[in-house]
Amino acid sequence: MPPKKPTKARGKKGQPTPEPEVEETEPEVTAPGHLDFEPPAREIVVPKEQLELTETELEEEITKMLTANNPTAPTNIARFNFKERTYKFEPMVDQLETHYRSDGYVLHRSSDDAKRQMELERMEAEAIAEFEKQLNAPKEDGEEAVDDSKQLRNQFNFSERAAQTQNNPMRDRYTSTEPPPTASFNASCTQWEIYDAYMEDQERQRLQKEIQKAKGKEKDNKKPEEEKKEKETVMHGSAMCKAVKVMERMVNQNSFSDIADDFKYWEDASDQFREGEGTLLPLWKFYNERAKRKHVTSICWNPEYHDLFAVGYGSFDFLKQSTGLICCYSLKNPSHPEYTFTTESGVMCLDFHPQHSSLLAVGLYDGTVMVYDVRNKVNRPIFSSSVKTGKHTDPVWQVCWQEEDMTKSLNFFSVSSDGRVTLWTMSKSELTYQDVMELKLVGNVRDADPDDETALGSLAGGCSFDFNKTSDHLFVVGTEEGNIHKCSKAYNSQYLETYKGHNMSVYTVKWNNQHPKVFLSASADWTVKLWDHTNAKPIMSFDLNNAVGDVAWAPYSSTVFAAVTSDGKVHVFDLNENKHEPMCEQKIVRKAKLTKITYNQKHPIILVGDDRGCVTSLKLSPNLRKTSGSPPDAEVEQDKLNKIMEVALKGEV
Amino acid sequence: MAEDEPMDMEGYLKLAKYPLIKHTDMLEEMRVEAVEQCVSAIEKFTTPEGETNLEKATQMIKEGMDKKFGGPWHIVIGEGFSFEITYEVRNLLYIFTGGTQACLLWK
Repeated sequence: MPPKKPTKARGKKGQPTPEPEVEETEPEVTAPGHLDFEPPAREIVVPKEQLELTETELEEEITKMLTANNPTAPTNIARFNFKERTYKFEPMVDQLETHYRSDGYVLHRSSDDAKRQMELERMEAEAIAEFEKQLNAPKEDGEEAVDDSKQLRNQFNFSERAAQTQNNPMRDRYTSTEPPPTASFNASCTQWEIYDAYMEDQERQRLQKEIQKAKGKEKDNKKPEEEKKEKETVMHGSAMCKAVKVMERMVNQNSFSDIADDFKYWEDASDQFREGEGTLLPLWKFYNERAKRKHVTSICWNPEYHDLFAVGYGSFDFLKQSTGLICCYSLKNPSHPEYTFTTESGVMCLDFHPQHSSLLAVGLYDGTVMVYDVRNKVNRPIFSSSVKTGKHTDPVWQVCWQEEDMTKSLNFFSVSSDGRVTLWTMSKSELTYQDVMELKLVGNVRDADPDDETALGSLAGGCSFDFNKTSDHLFVVGTEEGNIHKCSKAYNSQYLETYKGHNMSVYTVKWNNQHPKVFLSASADWTVKLWDHTNAKPIMSFDLNNAVGDVAWAPYSSTVFAAVTSDGKVHVFDLNENKHEPMCEQKIVRKAKLTKITYNQKHPIILVGDDRGCVTSLKLSPNLRKTSGSPPDAEVEQDKLNKIMEVALKGEV
Repeated sequence: MAEDEPMDMEGYLKLAKYPLIKHTDMLEEMRVEAVEQCVSAIEKFTTPEGETNLEKATQMIKEGMDKKFGGPWHIVIGEGFSFEITYEVRNLLYIFTGGTQACLLWK
């Protein structure tokens, strides 16, 4: 802002005259009556408010002074002066008055702002230059730049990008279920048909009622008849049973065909090349679940049917007695017994009657003797001894059928530990023991053997006996203390002879089948001894190194016998071949004791029973059944044995 | 039959009051139920004069059978008609009721 300077200006009255002059032109213009080419006429217009001044007044000179003082500024500002403690007028008053102001945009060249601005301008210019340079540079490169421009589809250099996942292909699958089964049906119906149907139904109902009535009557009146019918059906069942039995045997024959072949045809070929040796071939095993844990106490072949045999089951153990069982097996059916009978006490011995082959005598552990008829198939003996009829008081160790007596009644002997050898006779209804022949060992023992009496008390317990094959009144009895007594049915008061050789129970005595004088004894003292009943001392003795359970003569030779021992071995001797060693010593069962042995009368097989309830059949190899001819000639056989005995006696002497 | 022949109509109707199964291959349980349905439906829609509202009876039987055993059942009741149908095995019943009506049910 330019400072106000005090200026002197002279004002004259003539000064406002230009104003009137301007005013004067206007009327000139507005005057219409004049020509255009005429110079404009001056016309003075005076405003109405203008003061009208006189000449003098106009002449008067008025001086106007321009001063630097602000006319509106206060001149009398007083302020309290604390120093002097009085009011004092302000000597300086601000005289500045601003009428108009305007900021300029021009800068001084040398000012800082200008310098800064220049610097910025310079940098901007540089940046632009650089950018220009960059823009131009690729263009100069040539090809690339050209391609680039071609690729650009549009000015925005836009490129589209998209990703799409793969869609799984669609697949159709159909299943159709089987439609429910349908059927078609046709008929027609009329009143007549309906009527007929009802009538028919009525008829049927009536008939049914009649039948029911008839049935009711039958039931009332003919009950016994129906029962008969029922029985018939049972009979039918038994016929069926027979058929089933045949079938069973056929199946067995099939399943055991190899054993059956062995039984029939197999011969141990190696026997031809070895002297004095033989083998036993195990065939069928007869085992029954019911005989589990029972001892086989006796085996007996049926004299008529050579494939049938009875096995008695009981127990030799005094402490473990149980019920007894008798099973009749056939070689044709090893899997199941043909007949079974059960007894209250353990079975100790049994014997088939030589002529009436269905009769089976049985001795029990409790002293009872019984007779079964195998054909009956009922689990009941036809005869049985009781306390009343003088049964034994101790186990019956052996029973033996006798020839029919004078009155044609059947009779058998039994021997028991109570010291009696008893003759039982079958009368019509009961078993009598005091019949034609009565033999009590008690008396005999006492009379004949006073030494034993003092030692043992009163009785000698019988363990076994056997009747001489030729002179049937003669028999030998083996006892528990080891003595063997020769007795006769004729003299029941004393022994004919006493043979002392064994130290322990004599389990078995057996007469030779051909030679009438010779018998064998088997004992718990590990020995089998050969006796001549005319000689008080044993002729031969065979030590088998274990308790001998049973011994049996072969039916085909006088010199062959077999023995079983409690270590499960079977020993077969042929004295004709070897007088000291067995022809065959073979272990048959592993952990069991063998208890019984018996020869089949016809076939070359033996049966051995063990204390596990199992019976094994064994086939003898050819060396074990050498014979003088078939049928064996009794004389030749006797001679054979005689010679051997002579040699043995000589050796002793 | 011969002795029943001269029986008059009334006697016959008296006699033939029970439902008589002419032919069926239903199982015991279903059969008993179906027969019961038929008998009760026909009884219900028979006026005392002997007129039967067959339409309603069939409808009732059908509804009952559909509800009990499911599936589309077809019912025919009438005094005289003949037919040949294909049916789902074990789902056919053909009975006579009341001596005059034949009732055929099948699925």
